[in-house]
Formats: sequence, structure tokens, C-alpha cells
Amino acid sequence: MSQDGCKDLEKDYQAWRAARSGLSDRPASFDTVSGLPVRDLYTPADLAGFDYSRDLGFPGQYPYTRGVQMNMYRGRLWTMRQFAGFATAAESNARYKFLLQRGTTGLSVAFDMPTIMGYDSDHPRSYGEVGRVGVAIDSLADMETLFRDIPLDRVSTSMTINAPAAVIWAMYIACGEKQGVPSEKLTGTIQNDILKEYIAQKSWIFPPEPSMRLITDIFAFAADHVPRWNTVSISGYHIREAGSTAAQELAFTLADGFAYVEAGIKAGLDVDRFAPRLSFFFNSHIDFFEEIAKMRAARRIWARHMKEKYGAKDPRSLLCRFHTQTAGCSLTAQQPENNVVRTAYEALAAVLAGTQSLHTNSLDEVLALPTEKAVQIALRTQQIIAHETGAANVIDPLAGSYFVESLTNQMEEQAEAYFAEIEKRGGVIAAIEQNFFQQEIADAAYRYQRAIDSGQRIVVGVNEFVDPDENLDIELLAIDPAVERDQVERLRRLRATRDNLRVRETLDDLRKAAAGTANLMPFILAAVRAYATEGEIIQVFREVFGEYREKPVF
Amino acid sequence: MAARKIRVLVAKPGLDGHDRGARVIARGLRDAGMEVVYTGLHQTAEQVVQAAIQEDVDVVGLSILSGAHLTFFPRVTELLREAGAGDIVVIGGGTIPQADIRKLKENGWAREIFTPGTSLETIAAWIQANVKA
Repeated sequence: MSQDGCKDLEKDYQAWRAARSGLSDRPASFDTVSGLPVRDLYTPADLAGFDYSRDLGFPGQYPYTRGVQMNMYRGRLWTMRQFAGFATAAESNARYKFLLQRGTTGLSVAFDMPTIMGYDSDHPRSYGEVGRVGVAIDSLADMETLFRDIPLDRVSTSMTINAPAAVIWAMYIACGEKQGVPSEKLTGTIQNDILKEYIAQKSWIFPPEPSMRLITDIFAFAADHVPRWNTVSISGYHIREAGSTAAQELAFTLADGFAYVEAGIKAGLDVDRFAPRLSFFFNSHIDFFEEIAKMRAARRIWARHMKEKYGAKDPRSLLCRFHTQTAGCSLTAQQPENNVVRTAYEALAAVLAGTQSLHTNSLDEVLALPTEKAVQIALRTQQIIAHETGAANVIDPLAGSYFVESLTNQMEEQAEAYFAEIEKRGGVIAAIEQNFFQQEIADAAYRYQRAIDSGQRIVVGVNEFVDPDENLDIELLAIDPAVERDQVERLRRLRATRDNLRVRETLDDLRKAAAGTANLMPFILAAVRAYATEGEIIQVFREVFGEYREKPVF
Repeated sequence: MAARKIRVLVAKPGLDGHDRGARVIARGLRDAGMEVVYTGLHQTAEQVVQAAIQEDVDVVGLSILSGAHLTFFPRVTELLREAGAGDIVVIGGGTIPQADIRKLKENGWAREIFTPGTSLETIAAWIQANVKA
């Protein structure tokens, strides 16, 4: 639309506003869940300077605002990928088979806290935490059990593991070898996003520099040996769960992505050798349009920066492919059945925004790990969206909405302002050390809580429409304390029966390599194949690399 | 003489990194006029108790979202008693099922547990009513 036309329309809009000023608005704050004010009506005047070809283009074409593939869900629906894992490898294996039988199309492994933090199940720091929030994996033997009778050349597996990602990935590769599946055929994702750990999720082990080295070693190894693997899932999910706004999630996640690209280039890799395997992971929160705008903006920003700033030539390097999970932090412990409804809207937003895969939360996850029934409802929610609502018929169906396009532009502008601020602070790692992200997120989380406490923001069942007679005793999944004892016993037997001389040799080689500059993946793989445990391998790194400490702020 | 402010230690025991709730509550209690110390992440029970004694706090608030509450509440409470600091009030919050809340309270491992959705005012008021500075 021409500038003059926009001016006329803006005038007409103001006249309409004046005409309706006698109709008072209800007493509510008309802003998004992130606190972004929105107007009552959007018109072409909100899209002054909008250029279809430059700003949107076509699906599968630059700048990919409308989607990363040309056919999107016309070709294949998104992957319905439910994050699961608890207790022992054998029990998680049974849950995966349950999910695969019911139509889930990709696996997603949740690990327990000791595995996430690089401790074996028999370490004193693991006491009371084995198998609680995910599955306990100590060695290749556990990984073999986890994927027993699940052919690794036919499923894609996403593993939520970060600081020790190289070790767990090596176990998966070795597990494939045992099944006769060459690493070239493996497909899946390791989260491997250490920057957001420092920023939000807080499951770090080593300081930033050696952590980034492990990541660039993974980039190089994957390019040569595991070419279909997504080497990082650059995650906004946890940033959002920690309390950020949508714009912060977008900006900090993409800034992390650019930091990995710069690290790869600095390590001597050609950008097109590793960038096509970078993937993303966003949160779908409860504010419907804001989420859709955020995800559309993410694709456009990533493509533009990769092409213009980092000189990527391979179109695959420009694609912001992403997984989405509905927002755990939007769920309520009160009247938990309502969480099914929240999750459905959040899932619909992700689908309308063109996600590549999706996890829908279960109604009881705010209270405990989900029961099978709750998991089934969550999966069925995706299947209803896919097959009944018609939402998957048309690609990027909200494009051209004055509101959605305007919000998409606004998201991009806010993200660019954050990129400038991060650059001024010396980059992502420097900004982490200055507690910049952590403080921004803590401030946003506190504002949000205050808005709920004051009643300015209504959460159904929590501060309004409360059920005074509610009984929160719903059926929950409980983890048997025997899980820990059994896992510790399995580990004891492993240590007693493996070739301990070979374990020591491989760990000594690993230590020497860690002190030098060689790619660490072949050394980790050798140790894993010898059944060295995760904790033993990580301990070598702790000794060589040191451990990270944060300055706690609130 | 001005009344001594209530001193609170907000602690994250165990390996769990979910610190949104702990930070929001630390800030809310500070804004409610209390002196608040936050331990930071990945603390052992021993470290939590040591900090509580060193900081001479009246209340310890444990935030646990990893399911390890039946390990950490008893340990912290017992270590406080052993250290002669059994008068420090132990409270907590996180993803803790109702049945476990009953168990924690009945055994004297926690005086009160605040579950998701509790307002900052409610927690601050409980502390002011139940804790003497």
C-alpha cells in the first residue's frame, strides 16, 4: 500500500476510534501475555512499506517467512514427538513402544538429573534423583536396553541432553553399531545447546569455552560421519519457561544460534558444512497470535542473517527448522483438566506457524510425570488438529492478516534491538558473564507473577473462577524408590564384569586429547564402546576443563 | 530499637536447575520487607544447612521441582537439628504431590508447602504469622 494511502487510512482509523470512544472498554489490560500492548484493530496502515516478495515470499523460498518447505503439511504432517522417559531404560523402552504403537512418529528421550549433570547413578550427588525426571543412563549397556527392539534406522530420536551431549550421542552411535546400523543412517537431534543452559535452564557442567569446543567437535564429526543428525537444537523453550517474554525468547535463542555459527566458523569449518544441521526449539505459550508471529519472525530473521551476515550459500543453511513444545509454565495445578484446553490452543498456534515437530504437554505435568492416559490425550490433541480441524490444509494461513503481519514485524524489530544490545556487551558469552540475560528473564518473570497476584492478569482456576472445594489428589505417576537401588546394582555389576584395563586406556587417551586440540568425538566413542560410564568420561573433562559457577541473581 | 527483619534462605537443593520460582519468591519476600539470601543452584543438603547457620536465618525455603523432595526435606531438617538449629522453620515449594505434602508435614520435615499458583502475598503472610525474627 502506498504511503499516502496509509496516511489516509490512519486518519480514517483515528476518526473511527473517536466515533467509538463513547463505548467504554471493559476493565482489562489489552496486552499480550508478554506485556506487549496491542491495538483494538489493525488495518493496512499498520503495514506501511510492506513488500510481499521481500517480507514473505513463498513457502520454501527466501526469506522463508511462510515456511521452510514448499509443500509443508500438504506433503507430510509435522512429527508428533512426545517427550518421554522415566525410571529405568527398560521402563522407558516400554513407554516408547506404547507411543510408537499409538501413532507417535518420533522418539524424544528425557534423562534424569544425574545423567543431565554428568553423574553416575551411584555418585553421592545422585542420591534420591535417579530415574525421577527422566531415564537413568550410565553406560552403553543402558542405551542398548533403552532402544531394544526399536530399529534405529527407522525412528528419529531427539535427546534432551546438553552439557554431556557428546557422551550420550556417542552412546547412541555405538548403540546403532550394535544393531548393525551405520552412523550415516541415524537420524535425530541432540539438544546440545549449552548457551541456553547458562541463560535459563542451568544444567551446565563446564565453563563456556571448553563447552563450545565440544559443540564444534560435534559439528565436524557429524558432517563427516552422521550427516543426517541435527547437532544442536537451539532452544528458546527453557528461556520462556524461565519467565522470558516472547520477544526475549526469540532474540536470545537466535542470538545463541548466531554464536554457534560464529564458533563453527572460528573453528575453521565452512558455514555450509554445519549450518544445515542446526535446528531450533520454541515454546508455544498461551497468547495465540503472539506465538505465531514469533515463529514466523524467527524464520525470516534466521534466513536474512545467515545469508547476509554469515554468507551462507546452501539454501538449507538458511532454514530455521524448529520443534515446538506447548508451554509447561502456562499450565495450572488447579483444575488440571483445563490444561487440555490450554495445550490444544498452544498446539494449534504452533501448527498454524508451521512447526516441523510438536510435543503437547499432558494435563498432569504440572504435578508429576504424566500418566499413560494423560499422554494419550495429549497425543490425540495433535491428531485432532491434524485430521479434523482443517488447520493443516493451507500453508501459513494467517499470512496477510494486518494484525499477524504487524506483530511479526514488531517481533523482528524487538529481536534486532536485543541483538544490538548483546553485540554492545561483547557477544553472548560476555553477556552471560554480565548476567544480562538472566536478569532480563528474572525481571520479566517477576512482572508476570505480580500481574497475576494483583489480578491484572487472569489465570482461570488460579486467581479467578476458583473452585473452593477442589481436591488436588488426582492419580499421579509415582517412581518407585527401588528404581535407584536397582540401577546402582546394575552399574556395580557392569563395573565388575567389563574389561577395566581397556576402560582405563580409553579414559587416559581421552584425557590427553582433552588437554590438546584434537576432535574429541573419536576418543569419547572409544571409551563408550569399552563401557566406560558417563560419569567416568565427564569426570575426565571436569578435571581438564574445570567447572562453571554462576553468580546467583534474583 | 527497630525490629529485626525476618531472615530467609531460599535454597535450591539437588541437581535440578529450575530456579524461576526460587528467584521470584526471593524477590517477593525481599519486597515484603524480609532479608533474603539465595543459595544459587545445585546445593547439597549440607551446603544448605551451612548457609542457613552462617546467615543466621529464621526460615529456610527449599524449592524442588525434580521429584527429590522426599530426600531433601528430611535431610535438611535432620542436619539442622543435629547442628542445634532445629528452631529454623523449614518450608518449601515446587512440583510436590498432595500425598507427599501430607507425608512431609506429618513427619515434621516441612512446616508448610506452597504449591504452584500460590501468590507471593500468601507466602509472605504465612511467614510473618508463623516466624519470629
